[in-house]
Amino acid sequence: MAEIATGPTSRCVGGVRRLLERYPFLPALAIVAALLLLNGFFSPASLSYRALTGLLSTYMALILLSIAQTYVVYAGDIDLSVGSILSLVNVTIIVLMERWGGGAGAVLLSLALGLLLGLACGLVNGLVVAALRLQAIVATFATSIFFTGLALYILPVAGTPAPTLFWRTYGGRLFGLPFVFYILAVLLLLLFMLARTRLAAQLLAVGDDRQAAYQTGLPVVSVRIRGYLLCGLFAALAAFCITGDTASGDPLVGGKMTLYSVAAVVLGGSALAGGWGTVVGSLLGALTIGLINSLVFFIGTPSEWQNFMQGLAILIVLMAGVLAGRRARP
Amino acid sequence: MSQMISFVRQPVVVALTLIVVLLYLGQLLSPGFATGGQILRLLIVAALLGIVAAGQNVVILGGREGIDLSVGGVVSLSAIIAGNVMNGADSGILPAIAACLAAGAFFGLLNGLGVTLLRIPPLVMTLGMLGVLQGLLVVIRMGIPSGQAAPALSRFVTQPLVFGLPGIIWLWIAVGLLMAFMLHRTVFGHRIYAIGSNEHAAYMAGVPVRPMRIALFAISGMFAALAGLCLLGYSGSSFANVGEQYTLTSIIAVVFGGTSLAGGKGGYTGTMAGAVLLVILQGILTTVNIDESGRQMVFGATLLLLMTFYGRGRAMRA
Repeated sequence: MAEIATGPTSRCVGGVRRLLERYPFLPALAIVAALLLLNGFFSPASLSYRALTGLLSTYMALILLSIAQTYVVYAGDIDLSVGSILSLVNVTIIVLMERWGGGAGAVLLSLALGLLLGLACGLVNGLVVAALRLQAIVATFATSIFFTGLALYILPVAGTPAPTLFWRTYGGRLFGLPFVFYILAVLLLLLFMLARTRLAAQLLAVGDDRQAAYQTGLPVVSVRIRGYLLCGLFAALAAFCITGDTASGDPLVGGKMTLYSVAAVVLGGSALAGGWGTVVGSLLGALTIGLINSLVFFIGTPSEWQNFMQGLAILIVLMAGVLAGRRARP
Repeated sequence: MSQMISFVRQPVVVALTLIVVLLYLGQLLSPGFATGGQILRLLIVAALLGIVAAGQNVVILGGREGIDLSVGGVVSLSAIIAGNVMNGADSGILPAIAACLAAGAFFGLLNGLGVTLLRIPPLVMTLGMLGVLQGLLVVIRMGIPSGQAAPALSRFVTQPLVFGLPGIIWLWIAVGLLMAFMLHRTVFGHRIYAIGSNEHAAYMAGVPVRPMRIALFAISGMFAALAGLCLLGYSGSSFANVGEQYTLTSIIAVVFGGTSLAGGKGGYTGTMAGAVLLVILQGILTTVNIDESGRQMVFGATLLLLMTFYGRGRAMRA
């Protein structure tokens, strides 16, 4: 009797499992869909085209920062300095764009330098963690203090505005479509291409079993450094988005975002121990955080309880994500 | 000779040497830095950090990526609870101690349950808990005024008590002795090292791994709560997120004390030295005349430099 009952179920579980192995971000997608429905239920206007565009442009920075975090988590590392890299690039491009007059050339040149700065920060992290072999958690915390100091040196107090050209473009439209949609499209294309590179596979291999990766001939140190470089690059891209969204410079803007980026990675189903994960999951994880924040608002939580409800909801979804992710792992 | 080298390489010795060097450097940079009164002030600050780090220490020793990112939230919460319960009256101290320790144990217990029963990685569990605690702080602050420290508590933390040392230093010494006794002289302590170095072997040997781990997180919560209480005595009244800074600095103090983040190796004596080292470094940076940005850059770079003296991972060997 029992065997008859378990037969089809186990096959069904096996199917779900295969599906999860193929697309590990499915639980995150389900959570995002459920949150969208809940948001729509409590406030139908929140599902409007306009509201969704707004959500995307607000949380694009966190999405990119979570993707940045994912690449180091792939290799079993962690980067507690992503938020301060974001702040540093934010104030740097703001100051440069202002100094150079805020024209199109100035903006593009500042952005190029911003990308280089992000890469440089990633290189520092990669060197101290992979080459010097310091513990990632404490070493990137130390570099985050350094980067924050540098950001405070460049712009001691928040407030310098971004050139109109810059934030108008970010928040505006191009050929009738919101500009963030183009960012999202380019981002997805970029992620798709990166996922097919050798580096993504190497990062996952290093995260899965560092010793085995080394013994099969992978240059473990250089792979980990390249993971941090990719992380710095995406943190710089995140800084561009936060600059477009807030239209100003703030040396401490990224401080709170570091831990959110770690949470988004876990929400997306990636394993913090490394060797298992997807960047699309992290993208959805960042959206989950955004949707939880708006849902807590829409269900009419008293203002003083909002932070608590957000924290509690994120903790619960984190637990659910870990449990679902464990089922999916081979 | 090799004994000599292994003695010199001991984390405690490294930390103590660095402390002396930093004190000398501080005296050079700003004369009067290494005077008794000044050092005593630094020790009070170090005691606050050291008490938080005691809890962090046992969680990290317990292994399996053990770490407690919620300690900062517990410190803040405890300071606010203590302020409200005692509200400036000495008679409220005992109830405040009870309330704080209960709250700390409660949140530690929740962490431990999540880590063991649901098998959530400690980093994730305590990170989520930190978010909940920060939300709770907003609720409490909006609901009721944050209260005042009782005069006796402030005296205990800031004024000399016995042999010219304030009560909190004696409390820290007591914590140190208790930790040393617990870690090295009790079954419980030996079991911490056992589950930290090889959880499976410990389980096979009959160590109740899950209750152990839950207990470690509860202990961490209680030490953080105790530090929050003392922090209220130090600052007089509690304000927003007073404890935030303790989350990562407590981990660094443990690392500077020579405890491995991988678990199962290290002890609290080193952590105490690590806490003093960290606080002296911060003390030097506040006395020298540079602005906040430069201070942070030097602090970050020095932390990295000091870390190279400790716990560098092993190189890859085929």
